[in-house]
This record gives sequence, structure tokens and C-alpha cells, in this order.
Amino acid sequence: MNFSVNSTFLFTVAIVVILFVIAQSVFFLIRAYRRGKEIGMDKKVLQKTILSSAIFTVAPAVSILLGVITLSKFLGIPLPWIRMSVIGAITYELPAATSTATALGVSLSETITDPRVYTAIAWVMTLGILPSIVGTPILLKPLQKGMVKIKNKDEKWGNHLLTAMFLGMISAFLGMVFADVRSGLAGFIPIFVLLFSALLMGICGILIKKCNMKWLETYAMSISMVGAMIFACVITALIG
Amino acid sequence: MNKNQKSFDDKTHFWGKIWIWSAVVVVLCVPLSACLYYNAWPQGAAVLKGLLGVAPIYWTVGIIEIITYTPMLGTGGSYLAFVTGNLSALKAPCALTAMENAKVKPGSEEGEVISTIAIATSSIVTTVVIALGVILLAYLSPILDSAALKPAFDNILPALFGGLAVVYVSKNYKIAIAPLVFMVAIFLLVPSLASSVGILVPVGALISIGVARILYKKKMI
Repeated sequence: MNFSVNSTFLFTVAIVVILFVIAQSVFFLIRAYRRGKEIGMDKKVLQKTILSSAIFTVAPAVSILLGVITLSKFLGIPLPWIRMSVIGAITYELPAATSTATALGVSLSETITDPRVYTAIAWVMTLGILPSIVGTPILLKPLQKGMVKIKNKDEKWGNHLLTAMFLGMISAFLGMVFADVRSGLAGFIPIFVLLFSALLMGICGILIKKCNMKWLETYAMSISMVGAMIFACVITALIG
Repeated sequence: MNKNQKSFDDKTHFWGKIWIWSAVVVVLCVPLSACLYYNAWPQGAAVLKGLLGVAPIYWTVGIIEIITYTPMLGTGGSYLAFVTGNLSALKAPCALTAMENAKVKPGSEEGEVISTIAIATSSIVTTVVIALGVILLAYLSPILDSAALKPAFDNILPALFGGLAVVYVSKNYKIAIAPLVFMVAIFLLVPSLASSVGILVPVGALISIGVARILYKKKMI
């Protein structure tokens, strides 16, 4: 069997996986939507959630697509397409492929032609991310029981606990923005982008509250994100 | 929590487990089918060596992510997000923003509904965008790969978290200040940690939980 990283067989496998992911997402979407109506939630709120989440997702999704393009240069399209659609992220997949290629003494500067190298990389990529999927059904219920216990004991503290967890996550990513400042002015670009995004969000907040532009709530996060991404291009051209 | 909600939750766990174990099978079938079809089985040692390079970090981060994110994402959202991935840079912020906009709390019945809808929509849109991108790759590749657009995608995380910070930090600045100062300091001192930010998420969470507990006990929040 002639091997190619872009063979029809591998594309067929990719399409099957992608259809599975879409089926699962549609299943949970319909179920949650029905449940929302059942418990008396406003249909408009549910529809607004769909719209704002869809708009919010486009820019990060294009960024994920860039990951597929990067990996496709040596792995072809099907495998990166699968990996970035199921639990993957470029930050996981690139090191996994590099680690295996290094172990096999292969360079990732050109397209892989040896099927055994390809399957070795595919196995490492798959086994590397498996605990995230396997761990969820095992750990989810005990974790939720713990949260319910805390909330039943002291609901106010339970809410603060969840807020604190969000803030922990946000602060880690905010701190990361400062990682490059030692490299000179260019290292400050992520900080400027972050501040610009915050500024846009602040302006949206004022418009929503003071000018009663309620409709903006749906788009505020997307506007601040995409606006800051455009700003990143401009400021990099100026000082990068 | 009422009886009806409990049964809905139980059913979500039931369906969630079916989907997620099916996902495990589907994911494992990818390399397996390639091995069978091409009759190309890799050397066990090569796989092991490759895995040793990444598994200790990935497996730890994977388990940490489950502990950190599932309380925020809810039952349905977690079963879905841990299959479709891109949690910290997409699914978690998307679910949090949706709950904030809908003015519902995580962990409530309404929060469960909104979070699941947000994550499902986000997963569908991501999958469609990538699929369209793959179909149009020849046309899109030069544009997306262009030097002019590179800074936009290099800076997607600050662009995303700047907006999120305004929403969450401004409302809870008393809790946020300590983990923020700690994280800024640690990234200034050890910039290389940026590549393993996933490990620092629970550290930030532990600090903010500790601070929140002290402030709560002193009735300052």
C-alpha cells in the first residue's frame, strides 16, 4: 500500500472523526436548549447565547486552523485536522510530534514519507492527550459531589470558591503576558495588546451601562478580542 | 437541587459517559486504523521514547485541567469540552462569558444550560471553521500565513484575556490582586514557564482560593 500523509484513506478517517465531534456537539446543544425551555428560561437568552458564542469562537478557531496549517507541512492535513478537532491544541501537538521525531532521529522539516514514523507520531499524539478524555468520566462526579457538599454547607462561600477558581485561571494567563518583557520593547507588545483589549471592553461596558446599548453585550467580548488582534498587527508594524 | 434536576443531571452523566467513552474508542482508532491499513506498526521503543518526552507534563496538566475546569463548565459542558479541547484559550472563556451575559451562576441549573449551549456552539463553529479552512487551504494558507497577520494570532491570548480581566478582575479585585501579582512576578522571573502555563493555572487557583477564604472569614467579601 503506497503511503501518503494526505491519502484518501486518512481523509476518510478524519471525516468520520469530525462527524463524530459534530454529532456529539449537536446532541448536547439540543439537549441543553430543550432543558432551558423546560425550566422556563427565556428563549431569547438561549438564542443570544448561541449567537454570541458563535461570534466569539471565530477568531480563536482561525487561530486553531493556523495550527493545522503549521502541522500539515510535515504531517499532511488529516492527522492535524483530527488532532486539533479532538482535545488537541498546537501547544500539545507540536511538541508531541517533535519528541517522537527526535526519538526516531527524523527531521520534521519536510513531509513524512515513512508510514512507521507517521504511525509512531500518531500514537504519541493520541496517548499523550488520552488522560484528559478518560479522566473526565472518572473524576467528574466525585468533583461535583464535593462542590455540592461545599455549597450545601455554605452557599455564599461556594460561590466565592468558584469565582476564585476563575480568577486563578485568568491571573495565570494575564501573568504569562509579561513573560517576554526582558526582550526589549517588542516584548511589551502582548501587554499593550492586553491593555487595548481591556480598554475596548471598558468602552463597551460604558456604552452598555450609560448609553443603554444592551445589544452590545452579545458582541462586547468579540469586539475587544478582534479589535486587540488588529491593534497587535498595527503596533507590531510600528515597534516590532 | 430538586428531584427533576437530579434526574436530568444523572441523565447528562449517562449520556456524557456514553459519548466520552465512544470518543476514546474513536480517538484510539485513528492511529490503529493507519497501522492496519498501511501495515506499518511503529517500534514500541520509539513510541515510548516520544511519549516520555511529553506524557509526564501532558498527563499531569490533563488531570489538573479536569479538576480546575469542570466546576466552571458544568456536567454537559465538561463531557463535551474534554472531547473537543482548546479549553483554556476558547471553551472556558466562552462558557464564562456566556454565563456572565446571561446573568446566571456556574453550578446552577441555568448555568448548566448556558454553559453547555456555549461550549456546544463553540465546538460546532470551531469544527466548521477548521473544515472550511481545510477545504480552502490552498487559498487561505498564503493569507493566514502572511507576516502582516502573524502578530494578530501570536497575540490572541492577551487579546482574549484583556477583555475577560475587565469583566472578572474589576468585579472581584480584592480576590484577584494576590494571584495576579504572584503570576506577573513569576513570569518576570522565569519567562520559560510561559510554555507550561497550564501547570500554573491551579497554582493561581489555590492562591486566589486561599485569599478568598481569608477575606471571607474576615467578612471583607
